[in-house]
Amino acid sequence: MQAPLLEMKQITKSFPGVRALDGVSFDLSPGEIHALVGENGAGKSTLIKILAGVYPHPEYDGEIFLDGSARCFANVRDAEKARIAVIYQELSLVKDVSVAENIFLGREPRRFGVINWEKLYSRAQQLLDDLHLAIDPLTPVRNLGIGQQQLVEIAKALSQDARIVVLDEPTAALTDAEVETLFGILNKLRARGVAMIYISHKLDEVFRISDRITVLRDGRTIGTEATSDLDEARVIAKMVGREVGQIFPEVKHERGDVIFEARNVTVEDPGVPGKLLVDRVGFTARKAEVLGIAGLMGSGRSELLMAIFGAHPGRKSAEILVDQKPVQINQPSDAIKHGIGFVTEDRKRYGLILDQTILKNMTLAGLRKLSGRFVTNEDAEAAAGERSARELRIKANSVFTIAGTLSGGNQQKVVLAKWLLTNPRVLFLDEPTRGIDVGAKQEIYAQINKLAERGLAIVLVSSELPEVLGLSDRVIVLYEGRITGEFTRGEATPEAVMSCATGHARRAA
Amino acid sequence: MTDSANTRTGRFKIRTSALRAYTMLLALIVIWLFFQWATIDQYHPYGLFLGAVNFSKLLQQMAVTGVLAVGMLMVIVCGNIDLSVGAVVGLSGGIAAMSQGWGVVPSLAAAIVVGLLIGAIQGTLVAYVNIPAFIVTLGGLEAWRGVILKLTKGATIPVEHPFFRSLGRDFIDPRIGFGLAIAGIAAIAWTNIRRNRARQRHGLKVLSAAAIATRILFPSVVIVAFIFLMNKAGGVPIPVIFLLAVALAGSFLTANTTFGRYLYAIGGNPDAARLSGINLRRYILAAFCVMGALAGLASILHTARVGSASPDAGSLMELDAIASCVIGGTSLMGGRGTVFGAVLGALILASLDNGMSLLNVENWAQYVVKGGVLVAAVGFDMFGRRKA
Repeated sequence: MQAPLLEMKQITKSFPGVRALDGVSFDLSPGEIHALVGENGAGKSTLIKILAGVYPHPEYDGEIFLDGSARCFANVRDAEKARIAVIYQELSLVKDVSVAENIFLGREPRRFGVINWEKLYSRAQQLLDDLHLAIDPLTPVRNLGIGQQQLVEIAKALSQDARIVVLDEPTAALTDAEVETLFGILNKLRARGVAMIYISHKLDEVFRISDRITVLRDGRTIGTEATSDLDEARVIAKMVGREVGQIFPEVKHERGDVIFEARNVTVEDPGVPGKLLVDRVGFTARKAEVLGIAGLMGSGRSELLMAIFGAHPGRKSAEILVDQKPVQINQPSDAIKHGIGFVTEDRKRYGLILDQTILKNMTLAGLRKLSGRFVTNEDAEAAAGERSARELRIKANSVFTIAGTLSGGNQQKVVLAKWLLTNPRVLFLDEPTRGIDVGAKQEIYAQINKLAERGLAIVLVSSELPEVLGLSDRVIVLYEGRITGEFTRGEATPEAVMSCATGHARRAA
Repeated sequence: MTDSANTRTGRFKIRTSALRAYTMLLALIVIWLFFQWATIDQYHPYGLFLGAVNFSKLLQQMAVTGVLAVGMLMVIVCGNIDLSVGAVVGLSGGIAAMSQGWGVVPSLAAAIVVGLLIGAIQGTLVAYVNIPAFIVTLGGLEAWRGVILKLTKGATIPVEHPFFRSLGRDFIDPRIGFGLAIAGIAAIAWTNIRRNRARQRHGLKVLSAAAIATRILFPSVVIVAFIFLMNKAGGVPIPVIFLLAVALAGSFLTANTTFGRYLYAIGGNPDAARLSGINLRRYILAAFCVMGALAGLASILHTARVGSASPDAGSLMELDAIASCVIGGTSLMGGRGTVFGAVLGALILASLDNGMSLLNVENWAQYVVKGGVLVAAVGFDMFGRRKA
């Protein structure tokens, strides 16, 4: 192998309370596609952001060498000047502006400060031709599908003469045909000597396209090997290879009757008509049971729950049965009426009104029951809220503290309290412990077990495998919007679940 | 969690929203004292501004803006805006004046129904057709003004009926004023005592007798002083009675009902509100309907006070109503603001208008001062929040 183009040595990066990266090393040769794999939270994104200058030099420890000389990037611009281009999962194109303008955004060819449009369009056309892309440089980006937008991002990276291109989950939103086009282009770039870092959860793609694979786990490098020396099972073992600690109390729930069932849930991507985010998925939930839904990012987990809850913005269809009887859920209030609660992912966006007090947040969903149909009763609310806050051990001066000032763990407890105050029989939990510290996590785990013991049917979605395995009585696995596996607690080993979650294996219980 | 009740009544911890209200109250008092000092002359050794006659006039001037500000507050709190209220005041007032032939009650009802209908139309376009409120009501501002011109053929219509006129110009009998004061004080006492019993029942911390006495005594003194002052000038003006009623009802609606709570939730975080089972569309439509009905009521007070309905009546009133809300601490992003603040904002604007007129400040300077106060009020707010 040639001398490495890029070397990252002993990279360590800490956030308050968390060490995201711990002595990670990584290298990249010209004309190589180097895959970076690992569970969510393993540190892939953090590593990329350091390379891209998002986390500038003094904020991390370790060294970066480009062509053998040490470099430190103080900002994103520096990294761009070093000809490093990053294509993030959330595309950073300006939707209402043409393809050509997007490609040269901020670097428009100018003469005396005036944009030279002819030059801009002809250079854009050249780039697109070069990639054999049949895209008109004058079309607004909005009119392109997600797949084509991805390709425009690549054209943009090439227009900057990038030597290193980082692709973060590039195929997450692509159709199979678009994936083929993308791979064709990546192969062409590789032949030209461009070095690429390829981040993906989809192991089959990783094995098709990459030359080497590096596995990250819990912020550490587990190993780097040539792709030809590896197989999917070994990569999976490296990804999950850790003991599920004893932070999960061993609980045996007395499972009751099926009180909730979803059949044939199909959800369409609101942005891409025809693309299915969830494809004919069904599951049942029993009284006093925790059903885990495992799956990696983009597998359709959240969309599945949102659709059942009546909150998906796009087209969807589903048959929902509560107590074996079919019910219609068209909007969240219908779901609440049928005893379903939903602790959503992203508490700041979907869960809380950050400007309002803990109490007002807690009572929002169950206001009519707690307070009164029309005239509210602040004292009845305060009494219920304070009881809830004590039970969930929310740490705040009082229930009149503004929710936005709380720590993540306490905010999450407020959201949980909001739903418990609606007296649900079925509780959906979507990533209930994302971004909160270990102590608060354990408290949430204890609550989940307590609620199941009390007879609630709990549906738990999490991308943290140990969490799903440690809490669930039963696990279903989603991959690309379909169920690829179902396990009982005893059968659900990390390797088996991860195989299904990466599309490597299918398994029915 | 044990000291929560303490925090609510604590001596040193004041909630930020309350702090904001105190700041505005302080600003109002400074403005009043300044004008009082500035209007001292040989005939008025203690100043003219806060004298019974002028103060009564000031309150009459603010009644229309105040009523509109209460409606505007609800629309803004749920994250919207209504630019059409001035035109609606013109149209409703014109229709009330034109329909006097039907008798006074139907003509007054017509004004309110027209306002309500317009609110329902605009609210439907905003909530169910998803057209931004700014656009819908900007269109309304133009269109309803056009409808007035068509209906009145550009003529000014005098108010003939004495009862109609009296709504804008007369005073209630001083004895009734005292009666209302006694009823008000009794209501305050009763709610405070009942509230405390309820707190006991729910196991929350109970207030001391002294605390309750202060809570009853302070507003009572303000009410009695207010009635005495008004009665010196012939009694409480009828438009002011309407404003007080609207402010009380609006305060109750926003602070003590599920409707109000949902409005704040929708403005504060629409996604979270929707996922909590709130039907956003229904409540946004309702807010526009309340705004429309209040614009109808305001048109009656305005037409009665002026004594006629002219085609350009109500012009720019929407901006006064929005300014009142903003000066009173309402966030145009939605989710924050109180009826008390909005009425306080209207009172500050009216005080500036009235005071500067008394001092014969030139017209151009009056505009500049009012504009400056609006920007300064928000500026202070931002400054305060950044430090906090």
